[in-house]
Amino acid sequence: MNKSMLEIRNLHASVGGKEILKGLTLSVKAGEVAAVMGPNGSGKSTLSYVIAGRAGYEVTQGDVLLDGESVLAMAPNERAAKGLFLAFQYPLEIPGVTTHTFLRTAMNAQRRARGEAELTTADFMKVMNAASGKLGIARDMLRRGLNVGFSGGEKKRLEVLQMALLEPRFGILDETDSGLDIDALRIVAEGVNALRTKERGFLVITHYQRLLDHIVPDSVHVLSAGRIVKSGGKELAHELEKNGYRDYVADAA
Amino acid sequence: MAAVQETVDRVKSVDVDAYKYGFVTDIASDKAPKGLNDDTVRFISAKKNEPLWLTEWRLDAYKRWLTMREPDWAKVHYPKIDYQDLYYYSAPKSTPGPKSLDEVDPELLRVYEKLGIPLREREILLGVEGAGTRVAVDAVFDSVSVATTFKAELAKSGVIFCPISEAVHSHPELVKKYMGSVVPVTDNYFATLNSAVFSDGSFVYIPPGVRCPMELSTYFRINEQNTGQFERTLIIADKGSYVSYLEGCTAPKRDENQLHAAVVELIALDDAEIKYSTVQNWYPGDKDGKGGIYNFVTKRGDCRGARSKISWTQVETGSAITWKYPSCILRGDSSRGEFYSIAISNGRQQVDSGTKMLHLGKNTSSRVISKGIAAGRSDNTYRGQIFAHRKASGARNFTNCDSLLIGDTCGAHTVPYIEARNPSVMFEHEATTSKISEDQLFYCMQRGLSGEEATALIVNGFVRDVLQQLPMEFAVEAQKLIAVSLEGSVG
Repeated sequence: MNKSMLEIRNLHASVGGKEILKGLTLSVKAGEVAAVMGPNGSGKSTLSYVIAGRAGYEVTQGDVLLDGESVLAMAPNERAAKGLFLAFQYPLEIPGVTTHTFLRTAMNAQRRARGEAELTTADFMKVMNAASGKLGIARDMLRRGLNVGFSGGEKKRLEVLQMALLEPRFGILDETDSGLDIDALRIVAEGVNALRTKERGFLVITHYQRLLDHIVPDSVHVLSAGRIVKSGGKELAHELEKNGYRDYVADAA
Repeated sequence: MAAVQETVDRVKSVDVDAYKYGFVTDIASDKAPKGLNDDTVRFISAKKNEPLWLTEWRLDAYKRWLTMREPDWAKVHYPKIDYQDLYYYSAPKSTPGPKSLDEVDPELLRVYEKLGIPLREREILLGVEGAGTRVAVDAVFDSVSVATTFKAELAKSGVIFCPISEAVHSHPELVKKYMGSVVPVTDNYFATLNSAVFSDGSFVYIPPGVRCPMELSTYFRINEQNTGQFERTLIIADKGSYVSYLEGCTAPKRDENQLHAAVVELIALDDAEIKYSTVQNWYPGDKDGKGGIYNFVTKRGDCRGARSKISWTQVETGSAITWKYPSCILRGDSSRGEFYSIAISNGRQQVDSGTKMLHLGKNTSSRVISKGIAAGRSDNTYRGQIFAHRKASGARNFTNCDSLLIGDTCGAHTVPYIEARNPSVMFEHEATTSKISEDQLFYCMQRGLSGEEATALIVNGFVRDVLQQLPMEFAVEAQKLIAVSLEGSVG
């Protein structure tokens, strides 16, 4: 419980030659939900992409470790197989590929990578129906093209469904609250809370405090100009809500 | 989805230079002398013991061909073909003509076995496990048909399925009446050349009211070096009949380009339906564009009868150059034409393909769904003509033409020609061009798929509408083929 699960050490990362992360250090333990908050342009999405291994994000210094092992040399799918999951701010549409097919393909790809047997159709249907029922996802949605024509709320619910099915060791939520009305936000948050266990860590990236009313974090970190400039408990989020990011932006400048 | 998994496994199991049908078989062959002249034409005709009318038909075509110019309007580039440097006829020596399966050279049977083509009719009929499915096959090796299965079985329902060289003798009245009636001898440069030197191909006749009891299939194999393949297929569906026909093709890997100029004619009489599916997998050349087949093919269907229907489905993954526009002449009132196409190009391949829907009769309808996928340094053009005659009142067409680009060194082009001469006509055209985005790939990979698995999945989604049109077993084959064709396309 005390060992850190995700450890980010002095991370410097650039996009298109421009340095966005400038020495970010952060550690999240198993069972911990850490929230990263920051103003627009502070590097929140960059952080999630660098951890997940998106091409075009160049790490120039520092390291990212999952369970003590550096992930920086791994392809995104290898990181996924190690148990890293990123819930996207803007989930992608894949026309012609049903949600159902996508979920099964992804689950089996990870199982294969870990040397486990693939799911039978019956087993897959069972776990999928159970998980989608909990999130109020209609069967009809699973037969449609992945994310094609889905509302913002449906897309985010589907991200949580994927996380539930893939059972990652560590989940990153990138602005999961963006574009959600309060009811959708509640459903998504409940879905995430149901996945909170002693063994699993989370990094919740958000601009607003309101998500943290529903997913209550163990720690809150303020990201500004590519660095964590302040860390504290959940009360820090309320303080930010009241005073805004002014102080921190000024600090960084 | 199991099929996606298979696609992926297939991708993993093959080498980068993936063409698995590239083997050459050493079989002694009987060839016409190199080059093309009156004597070559007579030689071919004599080899097949053709009646005088056909010899003259060929010679007329040859004379005509000499006056024609090779078309240059397609968006394809290739060095000038030296028509005198080709062989126009090649037949395995041991097989003077089609005969019963027992007599076929075992070496040839092994070739088709290696290609996965079931010629073991007897075992299949007996239901021996693993012997294959009940699909009647005409196997054409270079210039001759070497075996046709299930002929006797088909004859019970009156279906004629045999090599065209045999039909010339056994059913001359049908051949004489229909051959050249859809694609006239003078149609175009390559069709005229084919008319002069065509070697073999399949002949199908479905009698009135008969639903052909099994899928018919022709499998073309080019083996010989420097040999052109000029097959000719003729399918006639008489009133109220139905047939589904599949065509497959492969060739060895050779450094020279090989010419393939086929003609396919379909005739559907009143209330008849022909479904014609192709999985074209000629050798595409290596990744630098060396070798590969020039596939210059004329395919046309004539919905001659009222309420008749012709449907073309094609999966095009092979050939260095494809120049091919399977078309429908919608002559009969209320007749219907369909064209479903997946054309994939990779490496240095060039594809210029599409369809023509010529609405002549009243209340005719047509539907075109084309999916072009370009990867590597390839060029992929859809060229389609939708035309309504001034008497074609109530004609309808819907065209949907999507292109998908993989990487940034390939090209996709859409060239539609739409012409309606009757005011009641309704034509719709939709087209999109998209690219597999880095974002989509990253999204899939974040969920655990490798780059190639992700590409295969996205492409399978893209072509789904068309794959659904293929007969089941072909769809699975096609899906595997798509993955193999796109191999190495993920940077």
